[in-house]
Amino acid sequence: MAFNGHQRDDDDGGIDEDETPTKQLRSEKEPHEPGNEASSSGGRATSERRSSNATPRLRRDSVKKTRPPFPWFGMDIGGTLVKLVYFEPKDITAEEEQEEVENLKSIRRYLTSNIAYGKTGIRDVHLELPDLTLCGRTGNLHFIRFPTHDLPAFLQMGRNKHFSSLHTTLCATGGGAYKFESDFRTMADLQLHKLDELDCLIRGVLYIDSVMSRGPSECYYFENPTDPDRCVQKPYTLENPYPLLLVNIGSGVSILAVYSENNYKRVTGTSLGGGTFLGLCCLLTGCSTFEEALEMASQGESTRVDKLVRDIYGGDYERFGLPGWAVASSFGNMMSKEKRESVSKEDLARATLVTITNNIGSITRMCALNENIERVVFVGNFLRVNTLSMKLLAYAMDYWSKGQLKALFLQHEGYFGAVGALLELLHPS
Amino acid sequence: MSTMAECVRLDSSTSTHTMDKSITLPPDEIFRNLENAKRFAIDIGGSLTKLAYYSTVQHKVAKVRSFDHNTKEASSDKLYEISVQEEVTARLHFIKFENAYIETCLDFIKDHLVNTDTKVIKATGGGAHKFKELIERKLGLRVDKEDEMTCLIKGCNFVLKNIPHEAFVYARHADSEFRFQTTYPEIFPYLLVNIGSGVSIVKVESEDKFERIGGSSIGGGTFWGLGALLTKTKRFDELLQLASRGQHTSVDMLVKDIYGGSYGSLGLTGDLIASSFGKSATADKEFSKEDMAKSLLHMISNDIGQLACLYAKLHNLSRVYFGGFFIRGHPVTMHTITYSINFFTKGEVQALFLRHEGYLGAIGAFLKGAEEDNPNQYSWGENYAGSSGLMSVSPDMNPMQRARSGTFDMLEMDRLERQLVNLPLLLDPSSYIPDTMDLTEDALAREYWLFCFEDALDGVVKRAVASQPDMPEAAERAEKFRHKYRHKLQTLRQQPFAYGSLTVRSLLDTREHCLNEFNFPDPYSKIKQKENDMALKYYQKAVKSLDELGWEERQFALVRGVLAGNVFDWGAKAVSDVLESDPEFGFEQAKRQLEERPWLIDSYDQWFERLKGPPHKCALFFVDNSGVDIILGVMPFVRELLSRGTEVVLASNSGPALNDVTNGELQILTERIAAMDSVIQDGLREDRLTLVQSGSSSPCLDLSRLDKVLANVVRERKTDLVIIEGMGRAIHTNYYAMLSCESLKMAVIKNSWLADRLGGKLFSVVFKYEVPAEKLSPDSAGLSPL
Repeated sequence: MAFNGHQRDDDDGGIDEDETPTKQLRSEKEPHEPGNEASSSGGRATSERRSSNATPRLRRDSVKKTRPPFPWFGMDIGGTLVKLVYFEPKDITAEEEQEEVENLKSIRRYLTSNIAYGKTGIRDVHLELPDLTLCGRTGNLHFIRFPTHDLPAFLQMGRNKHFSSLHTTLCATGGGAYKFESDFRTMADLQLHKLDELDCLIRGVLYIDSVMSRGPSECYYFENPTDPDRCVQKPYTLENPYPLLLVNIGSGVSILAVYSENNYKRVTGTSLGGGTFLGLCCLLTGCSTFEEALEMASQGESTRVDKLVRDIYGGDYERFGLPGWAVASSFGNMMSKEKRESVSKEDLARATLVTITNNIGSITRMCALNENIERVVFVGNFLRVNTLSMKLLAYAMDYWSKGQLKALFLQHEGYFGAVGALLELLHPS
Repeated sequence: MSTMAECVRLDSSTSTHTMDKSITLPPDEIFRNLENAKRFAIDIGGSLTKLAYYSTVQHKVAKVRSFDHNTKEASSDKLYEISVQEEVTARLHFIKFENAYIETCLDFIKDHLVNTDTKVIKATGGGAHKFKELIERKLGLRVDKEDEMTCLIKGCNFVLKNIPHEAFVYARHADSEFRFQTTYPEIFPYLLVNIGSGVSIVKVESEDKFERIGGSSIGGGTFWGLGALLTKTKRFDELLQLASRGQHTSVDMLVKDIYGGSYGSLGLTGDLIASSFGKSATADKEFSKEDMAKSLLHMISNDIGQLACLYAKLHNLSRVYFGGFFIRGHPVTMHTITYSINFFTKGEVQALFLRHEGYLGAIGAFLKGAEEDNPNQYSWGENYAGSSGLMSVSPDMNPMQRARSGTFDMLEMDRLERQLVNLPLLLDPSSYIPDTMDLTEDALAREYWLFCFEDALDGVVKRAVASQPDMPEAAERAEKFRHKYRHKLQTLRQQPFAYGSLTVRSLLDTREHCLNEFNFPDPYSKIKQKENDMALKYYQKAVKSLDELGWEERQFALVRGVLAGNVFDWGAKAVSDVLESDPEFGFEQAKRQLEERPWLIDSYDQWFERLKGPPHKCALFFVDNSGVDIILGVMPFVRELLSRGTEVVLASNSGPALNDVTNGELQILTERIAAMDSVIQDGLREDRLTLVQSGSSSPCLDLSRLDKVLANVVRERKTDLVIIEGMGRAIHTNYYAMLSCESLKMAVIKNSWLADRLGGKLFSVVFKYEVPAEKLSPDSAGLSPL
């Protein structure tokens, strides 16, 4: 999505590591409709009201009182994928076990005992966060995804499992929360609590980073990005992260400048994103999945498809400091019939990946310059199992900024919106 | 890898040209003046070649020379003699044609190139390499390659400086698709986004300083290459055709496809593209070629627009020009780029395009080769007679028009004798627009004036022939002139934007250019001579009768004299008949014809009040017609100004236009008047009366392109009053011109249509005295309502 900056500023105090709902008391005093909050955004002032928050004891009392009933879900319905996070409590007492209704048990068992659901649902086991304490409960956080076009099947399952009888609030973000709201109601008798996707994204990123700082690092970067032989992934500590540029690459791309946990703006976006990569690959190569497209790309050679500076100048274009290996025209060689006939599908997939990735890098770099921000965090499902793109981005940031810009990545790539939605359930802002 | 791209024209392998030798070139239309040609330059792109050369053109010019009255050599009673002389002027020729014709064209040039001492041809463009050998063999010239970007920028600076209506914004479906922009007087800094196969973004800060600040690999080559893969359509133009018929919404994932509607909190409407080609990733269906081409076009245009805006913002630039083969006159791409820029800057930056965008490389390469002549020290003007103008390329209107196979597009620029600059007294040079009416936008006015000029054509042809009674082939030339000008009018009827904004001025100038082209440099020379002769005889009498009036009456009589004199115009047939028989009677007749006060625009009272005050330091007077106008109308007025203690600068045309008095004629007239009138004589001797040339050869007046000498004189003399006289200079142009000093615009409306437009009638008077706001004292307020 392409479009201009949007300044965001709400009163949300963010998520604390001790997972106390610091905002709970405040939000009772200042109720506002979460769905509409973004539209009332104003300047970039940070909240200074944290100091007025309640004492720990008071908080603990309120935790119990306000803790929502299980199951705890957070959902992000994007243009291509639905991302679902599910908190599986592991500290269930015998008493609770007895009280737990059968429907709830069945959902828990279904989700935690499988790693694939239906034909297309997948649980990313490697991302699972065990022994997490949330709202005073300990358990595992699961990460599940399935294509948005299979949402009807998901709703059918919800209906079959009598999800609506649990009287839970289903917090959902992403465009689909709006688009499919009525489907949730009519097909599964579920009322969605709709949340702004960018609010959720930022909340999710900050939360996951904070809980992961105790375990293996959530955030990482590539050392020596311009030297393929020495380029290695290294953990990165995202302490004092602000200001940072957050680039979310889903079907389309949104670029946010984040100044504090509740002060951000959408700088711009582009419609050339993950959806474009997959869409073009499907048309050009006949593939049908992201994994397939990536696999092809990994075997192809983009320089047969793209026209490089050296193809035109025989080497570097020194007058303008352009190295010979730089792409002068993406798909430029494809203007020639002979060359069109000589390239493989793999080459085309690779060129598509490189084109889209570099373009995102280019726009990101310009935004970083315009916003005067040096740290860039790339997230979104386009980067899932896509080391190729991550290394390209790392390279592009480093090379064209002469080392000024650092590209950072997060392990939970595409799940932050869903995590943010879950947090909203537990700690309404 | 990387997203940084180079500006390149298309690779030669993409074009499958067959050398077409079958065409024959009409020598009097294409590659003109080759016999005097020198300094060749060539820019060979992916499909088009642009050739540039410099020639000297032998022109007939009418000169006036005063008879030496002391030696009694002048047996006739004529005031001065007129001679037609040959003058050599410099002209730049630029010709654009399809690469297929290169060989034919080179042969043609070789055959027609007579004695040239040219040894080198400057070359630029991606195809220059491919044709190097051919050029060297055919022409025997050494090919000398020049950097493309440097040529492009040099060319861009040149057209922006020398062609007032070079830049335009594109608005599809508007009344006029092309809205021309004033880029004067400061053309720098600007951003040039050149969309070749890749994109180069160049920041230009001055004539010699430019920097490639960025670029993108997603450009015209991506559209073409990816488009060819997706649609199996090989040609770029065909891809654009496909795109213009397609619907991108079936291929792209829109905001509403994700949200079901708009994303309200971010202000993103439902129709915005969230993910280009997003639907082709999920939908299991075939997509039409048209839809895919459209989606691709949007994707690439939006991306380029976005990057351009990011660069413009970072470098704080608001003028962004787009060029390159992706743009080159294609309405589809101009539209999508314009849309993108509007979107990303919320309308703060406008996408600008250039009329001669395709010629920039060739112009630049030529200028590189001509550096020793320093062409940039001169002012150049587009020759409307020899230039093709911007062709309509709207595929909706006429899909076949784009197939320009076999067509040659031309641009000719004349070196102007004088270097042209702004009038230093313009209130805001950057917003000054000379023309009162833009006929490009005003369809009714356009209809009328095109008809009017066509209707007058017979008379112009007759007068042209009559002006050269000794030349038997004049009639034939006059017919050629008729043909050419009529063709221009027809072109302008179809494409009013062909030469920038269509105005009465441009129609008049085009006619002058066409007349010159066929060696009718001054069809009115004899008429002017006769008029001047006659009017001079009555000068003393006129002055005497004015002097007999009291001060107050005289001031009014002087103004009426200027106005009545201005009635004399060869366009106004009613008066011209009596004029020939008895100018004195005619002058009185004209005064009676004048509208009685209150005039249509009437600030005479304010002017009169002003005259009671201290004299002006210096008045600049732009004069109009010969004969009664200048001699019996203007000169007495000037005389009064001089008597008041005001210095006067008389600005007249450098070259002939209709019956306007030229600087050469005015020199002689003034001397003769000085011999009869001590006030004028003293004024000349004491240098309080000065004659300067305007730098123009137009019946209208562009205050942003005036002789540099005039500008200096105006500055040195601390001019505080500008007087503009006549319909061409004060109504067709400059009616709304705002000056930083007092100004007086005087004219009689001698055209009933125009009178009607302005709410008056035939012979209505415009007397517009204006004082700039900050100089306005409270009691002198109340200026003309227009």
